Formats: sequence, structure tokens, C-alpha cells
Amino acid sequence: MDMSKDLVAASATPLVLAILAEGDSYGYAIIKRVTELSGGHLQWTDGMLYPVLHRLERQGHVAAKWSASENGRRRKYYRITREGRAQLAAQRQQWQIVDGTLRGIWMKACTA
Amino acid sequence: MTTFADQTLEEQIAQWRAYIRRQPLHGPDVEELEGHLRDQLAALTEAGLTGDEAFLVAVKRMGNLDALSREFARAHSERLWKQLVMAPEADEPANKSYAGTLVVLGLAVAAALAIKVPALFGIRLSPDDAVPRFYVRNASLFAFPLLTLYFVWKRGLTFVSGLWLALPFAAGAVFANIYSFRTRGETEVLTALHLPIALWLAVGFAYVRGRWFTDGGRMNFVRFSGELAIYYVIIALGGGVLTGFTFMMFAAIDMNAAWFVGGWLIPCGAAGAVIIGSWLVEAKQSVIENMAPVLTRLFTPLFTVLLLAFLATMAWTGSPINVKREVLIGFDLLLVLVVGLVLYAASARDPQAPPDFFDGLQLVLVLSALVVDVMALAAIAARISEFGFTPNRLAALGENLILFINLAWSAWLYACFLRHRSSFALLERWQIAYLPVYSIWAALVVVMFPPVFGYR
Repeated sequence: MDMSKDLVAASATPLVLAILAEGDSYGYAIIKRVTELSGGHLQWTDGMLYPVLHRLERQGHVAAKWSASENGRRRKYYRITREGRAQLAAQRQQWQIVDGTLRGIWMKACTA
Repeated sequence: MTTFADQTLEEQIAQWRAYIRRQPLHGPDVEELEGHLRDQLAALTEAGLTGDEAFLVAVKRMGNLDALSREFARAHSERLWKQLVMAPEADEPANKSYAGTLVVLGLAVAAALAIKVPALFGIRLSPDDAVPRFYVRNASLFAFPLLTLYFVWKRGLTFVSGLWLALPFAAGAVFANIYSFRTRGETEVLTALHLPIALWLAVGFAYVRGRWFTDGGRMNFVRFSGELAIYYVIIALGGGVLTGFTFMMFAAIDMNAAWFVGGWLIPCGAAGAVIIGSWLVEAKQSVIENMAPVLTRLFTPLFTVLLLAFLATMAWTGSPINVKREVLIGFDLLLVLVVGLVLYAASARDPQAPPDFFDGLQLVLVLSALVVDVMALAAIAARISEFGFTPNRLAALGENLILFINLAWSAWLYACFLRHRSSFALLERWQIAYLPVYSIWAALVVVMFPPVFGYR
């Protein structure tokens, strides 16, 4: 299924924050995790993740650090900050409202 | 670094890296993206794809690079400005760009100091007196040699070609100063006006790395000149604000800052700004759209309307051009402006594109300028035959002819191009081939006019 671009973009922030809340990670692993979690339905253009990560870094929601990876190359690892967790909680509430509203109307449509 | 056993894969990654570096991306961003690409490649080859296949898939998944760098730019909007000043060239090591900054600052300071050197010999700039004639004659000899030096360094010219480039400046210094001009003589003013035009060609030679006839270097120099003029005006505006505040603040504590502003701030700033402006133009090349072509697009229609309105009014009222002192110079400037519009329109145009509405507009502009100029010339010829030649009149007449020939042939080439008889490249070639003519005429005025007219 092709997801609408706007929806993918809007869900990017909470998704990235949620994945980082599970543990520190880096770009390639985050993309892999997104594909895994969505069962392959949420396809990101790989490159687009990085501007999102950098924006979150500037906003202070995540912190980044370069360190060596298992294959000896330098890799940029991202970690969620306290502000990031607060932001995640706020976004989660908003998404739950959206989700609840849609669920309500679709349930009615089913039962009617 | 993880390297792949597949040699061609490493080469492909290197090519990709070279390509992505041309995008306005920060060094570490490129490294991060490359890391991602390598992880992806490793996973794909593990899954059984060959190196080529894996590379294609990984690059495709990375997404459109233009869109990507736009997103990066949006996430880091402050960097756009920094790239204007700091972005090193693709494979230039970081310490070279650092050295470049130092060289530029050093040259700018040198230019600022050079302008004060004559003060050691008693020729002072002061806000109370008129600018000393020495400065008027030699204005271009302070900053231009240092600007040339900058390009000699930047383009990696050899010491010998550097010496060749010093020749025109030495000659300029000689001819500006050996003649015993009469006080307030016309020829002295002509020298002051023409020497910069003559010497700008020498700067151009350094700019194109001494290879005047190859690589489209001349057109790049034209672009550079236009952008420098725009940057210089912008820097001058900033300087004006600085000057205003200097006066205001020192006046508030009852001090007169005029000696500092007139003697130091303005002359030193004006000289240093030539170097700084050139550096900015060089640094921001290809990062953002050039301004000169944009202004050309904006003003070509307006000037066309002006010229047509002028011609219509003249035809309607029948009033002839009233030849006063400034008229000849005024029409020279008009032609300079039209040549500039043609030149910068050509500099930004794709020579392969078919003629469009804008090309037709250019032809109308050139033709109406020619008609206006013919009328002005007729009026001036009458005056010259009545009162004879003066240095000013001859210089202005010469320039008028040079510009007229350029525009007349340009109009012809435009017409051929619009009727699909020839390509636009011919017009572009004509314009750049004509460039040295201006400087040669200017040099002629500097060298020949004072003795011929008896230094008056």
C-alpha cells in the first residue's frame, strides 16, 4: 500500500523518537526498525531520515555522538533526551486523539 | 572503513561521494550518508545481490539528491549563509580553505594600507580638501594589483606569469604619473577614468589563469565582473551605515569623526572591499543563482520601454537633441548599459535553447538604442565640426563608435538567430571576442591623449 507523503512525514517524528526511546541507535538501524515495525508498509526514502534526525537534534529532542562502529568506521549514534521524551509523550497523546476519533467514526460506520 | 572486495563497487562509492559533495551538504553529513550507503550495500550483498545491483538499489533508496539537499538546507537554514563564505571546493583539503581565508584577509588589509602609503610622502586624504590629484589618477593602482595577486595565488599561476601580469600595472603607474598634466586638465580626468578599464583586462588575464582563449573563461570573467559590481554596491551600502553611525556616536560626545571617516574609514574600506567582494563572488559561485542575469531580465523590458517612449516623443514633438556638454557622455553611458544588458543576458542563457520572446525583446532594445544613438551622434557631429575636437569629445566619440559597432553587429546576429539562420553561440562569441577592444581603447586614451592634446 502506498502511504500518503504527508502522513509519512507527520508520523516520522514520533516514530523516530519512539524507536530511540527503545535504545540508542543510528540511521540505518532506525530505517530497518521502521520497516520491521510497519511490516514493510511504511517505506521511507532512506536519505530523508537524516534531515529529520538533524532537525530533532537542533530542537534538542535527540543528542548525537560520533563513535566507532563494529566495522571500524565512524558512525553517528543518536540518543533521546529528556525534552525528547516529553515531546514523545505529547505527540503520543495527539496521535491517540486522532486515532481515537477515527476509530470512533469507523466503528459507527461498521455498525450502522 | 569497511571496504568491499569488489573494486568497482569502491569506485562507484567514490563517484557517488564526489557527486554528493557538490551538493550544499556539510562534510559530516556526507560521511553519515556514506555510512548508511555502505550498511545498505553490505546488507544487500549479503542477501545475494551482486555489487552493481546492490549499488543501484542502495542509491535508489537513498532518494533524489536534490530533494535531499533541500531538506538538509531546511533543517540547517543557517548553513546556507555559511556556505556562501566558507564552502571549500569539492576535493580541497580543509586547511587550504583556511589558508585561503587568511590570504584574502591579508590582501584586503594590504589594500587598505596601500591606500595610505602616499600619506607617508605628504599626499594626504582629508575631508576638508579635494581629493589629491595623485589619488584620482592612481585610484585603480591600489587594489587591482592585489586582486591580481589573489588570482595568481588562487589559480596557482607560476612566478613567471605573475611577473608578466605585473607589467601592465607598472606601465599604468608610469603613464599615470610621468605626464605633467595641467591643473584641472581634461586629459588628467580622462586618464583617471580610463586607466581602471585598461587594467581590468590584466585582472581578467589572472582570473582566467592566463588562458584567455579557452574554457569559456572569458564569459566567467564577465559574470565575475558583474557580480563583483553588485557585491561592491552592497558592501558600500553597509559601509555607508557604518559611516553614519560613526558620525552620530562621536558627535554625541562632541567629537568630530570627519578626519577618521574621510581619511581612513572610506578610503581603506573602499580598497579592501574590492578584495573582499571578489572573494565572496568566488566563494559563492554556483551555490546560489547569480544576481546580474536576474537584474538583466528585470530591466531589459523597462529600458526597452524607455527607449521606445523617447523615440516616440521625439517623433511626435519633433524637438531635436539639444547638445550640451554632458550629452555625449550620457549617450555613451546608455550604450554601455545596453551592451551590459546584452552581455549579461548572453552570460546566463543556454546557447542551445531556441529563440524565445526575451530574445526578440533584446533585439528591440538594441535596435532602439542604435536609432537613439544615431540621432545623438548626428547632433554631436554638427557640434564638433563647428567647434573642433577636445580630448573629452574625441574620447567620448571613440567610445561611442566602439559600442555602436558592437551593438550593430549584435543586432545583426540577433536577427539571424531569431530567423533560425544562426546559433546563439555566435552572438556570445562576438561579445566575448570584443571584450579586449574596450581595454585597448582605454589604454590608448591613457597613453596617447595627454601628449597629443598638450596635457590640457
